[in-house]
Amino acid sequence: METRRKMKLGTSDKVILGIGYTVLGIFVLSILIPLVYILMASFMDPNVLNSRGISLNFKDWTLDAYRRVLENDMIWRGFFNSFFYSAAFTVISVFITLLAAYPMSKKEFVGRKFFNTIFLITMFFGGGMIPTFILINQLHMVNTIWAILLPGAFNVWNMILARTYYQSIPKELREASSIDGANEIQHFFKVMLPVCKPIIAVLALWSFVGMWNSYFDAMIYLNDAELQPLQLVLRSILVQNTPQPGMIADIQSTAEMAKVAELLKYATIVVSSLPLLIMYPFFQKYFDKGIMVGSVKG
Amino acid sequence: MNILAKKKTSPVKRTAKDKLMYVKKNWQLYLFFLMPALLLTIIFKYLPMGGVLIAFEDYNVIDGILGSEWVGLEYFKRFLSSPDFMEYLMNTLKLSAFGLLWGFPIPIILALLLNRIRREGIRKKIQLLIYAPNFISVIVLCGMVRMFLSPVGPINSLLGIDTNWMTMPSAFRTIYIASGIWQTAGWSSIMYTAALANASKDLEEAAIVDGANIFQQIRYVELPAIKNIIVIQFILQAGNIMSIGFEKAFALQTDMNLPASEILSTYVYRMGLLNGDYGYSTAVGLFNAIINVILLIAVNWVVKKLNDGEGL
Repeated sequence: METRRKMKLGTSDKVILGIGYTVLGIFVLSILIPLVYILMASFMDPNVLNSRGISLNFKDWTLDAYRRVLENDMIWRGFFNSFFYSAAFTVISVFITLLAAYPMSKKEFVGRKFFNTIFLITMFFGGGMIPTFILINQLHMVNTIWAILLPGAFNVWNMILARTYYQSIPKELREASSIDGANEIQHFFKVMLPVCKPIIAVLALWSFVGMWNSYFDAMIYLNDAELQPLQLVLRSILVQNTPQPGMIADIQSTAEMAKVAELLKYATIVVSSLPLLIMYPFFQKYFDKGIMVGSVKG
Repeated sequence: MNILAKKKTSPVKRTAKDKLMYVKKNWQLYLFFLMPALLLTIIFKYLPMGGVLIAFEDYNVIDGILGSEWVGLEYFKRFLSSPDFMEYLMNTLKLSAFGLLWGFPIPIILALLLNRIRREGIRKKIQLLIYAPNFISVIVLCGMVRMFLSPVGPINSLLGIDTNWMTMPSAFRTIYIASGIWQTAGWSSIMYTAALANASKDLEEAAIVDGANIFQQIRYVELPAIKNIIVIQFILQAGNIMSIGFEKAFALQTDMNLPASEILSTYVYRMGLLNGDYGYSTAVGLFNAIINVILLIAVNWVVKKLNDGEGL
């Protein structure tokens, strides 16, 4: 294939390809440069960064920013909270979604149309921010983790993906296990879940990443500083420009403080984004698969 | 169980008695499998839908939703006649319409370019890199944007100026859309890349043998392979034009850029949760939701027409 393509490449094609690759190269660089800049800036001495920008001289590098960030309790608590919320949300959400998709995948399921309509309506219309907020208040869920775990736990779109996946599994499996005397629950756990690992991986990853990166629900429902997830801690540092007090308490001059605070932002970004950025390549193949499942359409 | 049910369903319509039998026999499907999802849906989706009644009343916590005094369409009259509201509505529409216009073609172009790279190793590496920003959180993205664009930030020092971009209403949309492309264009190209990878290689080979140049190959082989996905994606995104998210716009807002950055969802938040004007903000939210539904129904109708009678 390769040789044939090369053989047939005319001059005009070469020019077009050249332009195309240049465009792609520019795009790749535009992604790469900000990421590399942040990574390098996080190691800079604050005075050097402030006056000369990035320096490649190792004498100007320091781990000071990382020391300050990693010594901060709020960051660690944020990490811990976020991990706990994301893990709990993933388990609850994926389990409920997988369960609901099972009967909905059966053509003969009585009430399938009715329930389908009930679920689909929620994809098109909702009560909105204020009625939901009032409801959560009345349920006394403010300042509890349930306020951020439960309202979004059942995801209709994910249910459709799981349902589509179930339907691709031969029906003979169910017939075989019912001959063996298994009821639906036994069949689901012993036969279905093991063969559904790819779709479970996809849904779990999406749920985890989604919860890890969101902040709105936590912002309006979790006022208690102890409960705040990482993204809210980051928000106060990066968006509201208020570094955690403990981080720069030892610095005397205000000008110095401002420089260090700016530097801390770079280190904070690196520390908070690295876990997902390192992890995601390992899950790459599952994401690709998930896209394919999604494009089959429910 | 299954075999019996199948025999009954396929040839004739089941009677009420058959259905009852099915439910009795398969009670697990209802009580164990469906119930949790159904309960969550009713409590967290349908109860708030009932809560939109607040949009028509002078809500106070003590009297509750059913006991508060009715004010009819007062809130709707109030915001429909307010110039502020019209501005925020236009901000919402412009932000997502321009976002769609600029953001939509780029993933397609990326996928076509990636498809040209025959060396698997290089292509995989590029893909890994351009997907990465998708895993950065909204807060971190907005934090990065604020740092890069700050008066003493790298972009200003590169240009030798000290403009405070984040305070300029005229710069907001560009910042929002450009950073959105930076974050999601690579990731959005996956779908097209996957479809192109599944496209018939034979056809492409034949086109090359016939001496088709690159533009002809793209036009006659590659675009037809992804045409359906392009159409569906465009329509879907067009249908979501009013439901542009809260999180990013809110994280990029400053007091100074509000004239361009205040959109309906952030306005509802400000009026409702910060100012406590529940009725008014619920009315605004309801208005937004209704336009959304109309758009989505229209979109679904179009998809049905294009998709041989099958909607979404």
